[in-house]
Amino acid sequence: MTLEIKDLVVEHRSPGRPVVRAVAGASLTVRPGEVVGLVGESGCGKSTLARAVCGLNPVTEGSITFEGVPVTPLGLRRRTLTGVQMVFQDPYASLNPRRRVGDQIADGLRTARDGETDPADLLERVGLPREFAGRHPHEFSGGQRQRIAIARALAARPRMLIGDEPISALDASAQAQVATLMRDLAVDSGAGLLFISHDLSVVRLIADRIAVMYLGRIVEIGDTAEVWDNPRHPYTQALLRAIPKPDGMGVLPEELTGDVPDPAAPPEGCRFHPRCPFAMDVCRVKEPEPGPVACWLHEPA
Amino acid sequence: MTLDITDLKVTIGGREILRGVDLSLQEGRVHGLAGESGSGKTMTGLAVLGLLPHGARATGRIALGERDLLTLPPRELNKVRGGEVAMVFQDPATSLHPMLSVGRQLTEHMRHHLKLDKREARARAVELLGKVRIPGAEEAYGRFPHQFSGGMRQRIAIAIALACSPRVLIADEPTTALDVTVQAGVLRLLRGLCDELGLAVLLVTHDLGVMSAIADEVSVMKDGLVVETGPRGKVLREPSHAYTRSLLDSLPGETA
Repeated sequence: MTLEIKDLVVEHRSPGRPVVRAVAGASLTVRPGEVVGLVGESGCGKSTLARAVCGLNPVTEGSITFEGVPVTPLGLRRRTLTGVQMVFQDPYASLNPRRRVGDQIADGLRTARDGETDPADLLERVGLPREFAGRHPHEFSGGQRQRIAIARALAARPRMLIGDEPISALDASAQAQVATLMRDLAVDSGAGLLFISHDLSVVRLIADRIAVMYLGRIVEIGDTAEVWDNPRHPYTQALLRAIPKPDGMGVLPEELTGDVPDPAAPPEGCRFHPRCPFAMDVCRVKEPEPGPVACWLHEPA
Repeated sequence: MTLDITDLKVTIGGREILRGVDLSLQEGRVHGLAGESGSGKTMTGLAVLGLLPHGARATGRIALGERDLLTLPPRELNKVRGGEVAMVFQDPATSLHPMLSVGRQLTEHMRHHLKLDKREARARAVELLGKVRIPGAEEAYGRFPHQFSGGMRQRIAIAIALACSPRVLIADEPTTALDVTVQAGVLRLLRGLCDELGLAVLLVTHDLGVMSAIADEVSVMKDGLVVETGPRGKVLREPSHAYTRSLLDSLPGETA
């Protein structure tokens, strides 16, 4: 029951523009009952990775297998792979505005061939009153809608839940609640959860492991506490340093110098070297091997 | 040059949203406005610009220099809005027009407020894009919002706000939609612009970390009232109001 992503490459092609390698060789495993947080700046390819896992983006190279079966691109045909479900970023766009939320949740139940469960039961599980099943999405706030989207995803009995920035469209007070809810529901049902977010503080709250992505590659992966307390990759260190602390000292968070390079033309060698304070000669020519930490500073000799 | 808000009350449909807000912004200072969602932070910002929703009634006084913005006739208020007082919104994906080029959005109000001709406006727009550190400002001028990342879009929104050299900038959760690294950059940019241009900034945010990083003064709002105001160091380190303390306590600890 494992999701395995191996050396995944996803390219975006559009006419008249260079090919963009959004994901350039990323490997990641999510085990059942495990919560993996994938963090990185916008444009690093984390959403593309999530979409590829659900078959929404075609895989250029490498492989994605779920329980040993390769994930195929979503097409017109009814799909057999219903064990992977996704919760999208924007609950204002991901729910059908013209259908009652109960009916939309029932779609999920039908996918799982579950004729017994009442959609209202699922609403209850995500902490909403049962009566809401008869209402339409516009009657709800962002946080409530995202709970409904989660209920719909859970209705299909997923064995792997993917959250693509599920909390970033929500009000700040609802973010931690919804994130914790997703974690609890996924773990309770024994499913794995791949939680994608740019908000490190929330990921830290719910993830067992954190994977840090930079320009299409995973640069560091490890247990949450370890990564948080002892980040090893210079990029992870920079990410954590950029979080402002509410200590009242008026310290501006450290800015990472330079800009994210164009993914259509990534730099030679290590992708992070132009912005890395510790860049050495080897970093400019040779890309470090992917591992727990993809950095020449931490390369096993 | 300051913006003084005294006893601002806003009612919408018989419900009191703001119940007497006092705030004062000073040149070259960032005034942070904290509080939970629904506490009236955003409404305060919108009231200054006269952008309150339909049916809202505002009383009190919002003094910009000698003028009271609440009683200003619409024509006069239009001159202030976007000219002397500008605003940056939370989500640059929705605050920018998706079908107009960045250049068009940057120059439209400049031509209106500052009466610049096309060439001058373009030159100033490119200069502004450089100032908010958009790489390749010349090319960026002709592009559309969807061709930029979230951080870049917010920088563009800031450039648009600054185009007419405002004296007061209202930033409503300007970094909430951004990555932390990008947020760090935008915060530094805001602080730098505030110091360099002598802007009076009202920063609305729920993030006390952001507040601590760039605000000089901090006000905390609850249920339409300002419950505590003071210098950053004092409010965040030795809060005197129980509500401020509970906000600070609810943050995940550094070692927890």
